Amino acid sequence: MPNFNQIRAILSQKTIGIAGAGGLGSNCAASLIRSGVGKLIIADFDTVSDSNLNRQFYFHDQIGEIKVNALRENLLRINPFASLQMHAIRVAPDNIDFLFSTCDVIVEAFDDASEKEMLINYILTNYPEKPIVAASGLAGWGSMESLRVVESGNLYVCGDGESEAGELNPPLAPRVNIVSNLQADKVLEILLKDRF
Amino acid sequence: MKIMLNNRAEIIEGDVFSISQIMVIKSFKFRMLVVRLNDRLIKKEEYETTLVKDGDDLKIIHLVSGG
Repeated sequence: MPNFNQIRAILSQKTIGIAGAGGLGSNCAASLIRSGVGKLIIADFDTVSDSNLNRQFYFHDQIGEIKVNALRENLLRINPFASLQMHAIRVAPDNIDFLFSTCDVIVEAFDDASEKEMLINYILTNYPEKPIVAASGLAGWGSMESLRVVESGNLYVCGDGESEAGELNPPLAPRVNIVSNLQADKVLEILLKDRF
Repeated sequence: MKIMLNNRAEIIEGDVFSISQIMVIKSFKFRMLVVRLNDRLIKKEEYETTLVKDGDDLKIIHLVSGG
């Protein structure tokens, strides 16, 4: 088994795209930066609000800030030398090429199911060789054993596939963190496959 | 016929079914789905016309909101 410097030497050469900087994207980004991934490209149009703090990697004094700006601050506190490309825009079919075509792996980290479907379909259609790590089903608490990764070719979907978030079944920190880190771990597995 | 449905072996009585028929038989009700047949993406408009045969590997993945 390799030591951390050997792992980091490989990861430092990699670029990961993250679509969405909410509960999934912000926490996944933190784990990837801690692991030594060289460059992150992150896109999100939203601003930090009080209701995000139950699960997203932001702080109370960042309420009102544009998420990608706040996230840049927080990630640079982990690693001041990380290369971060942040875009305060809504990801849409007409900007996916511009945003993510240089990425080794793309992480789907949206909240809304139709946006998840849009990105997954776009990548599978236009970049069939590029791995995409998505998430579906993470609201509520408990049933940890139902969280898993379903794989189909270059598509990986993390979560339980059915716990939809809503007013009466809100997403909470533990499961959101677990699923965002299932995503980060799958990214590492893809990047380190056949390297050791 | 015997197929792999979401990584589990499933036996469905009959020889050939469309993806739409399998969704009814297996009660897939969510609106947002990713469907892959033998790792090929199947678009919504192809659910009716794409046929699943013995030995096929079918994945019907629910996409639900939350993140």
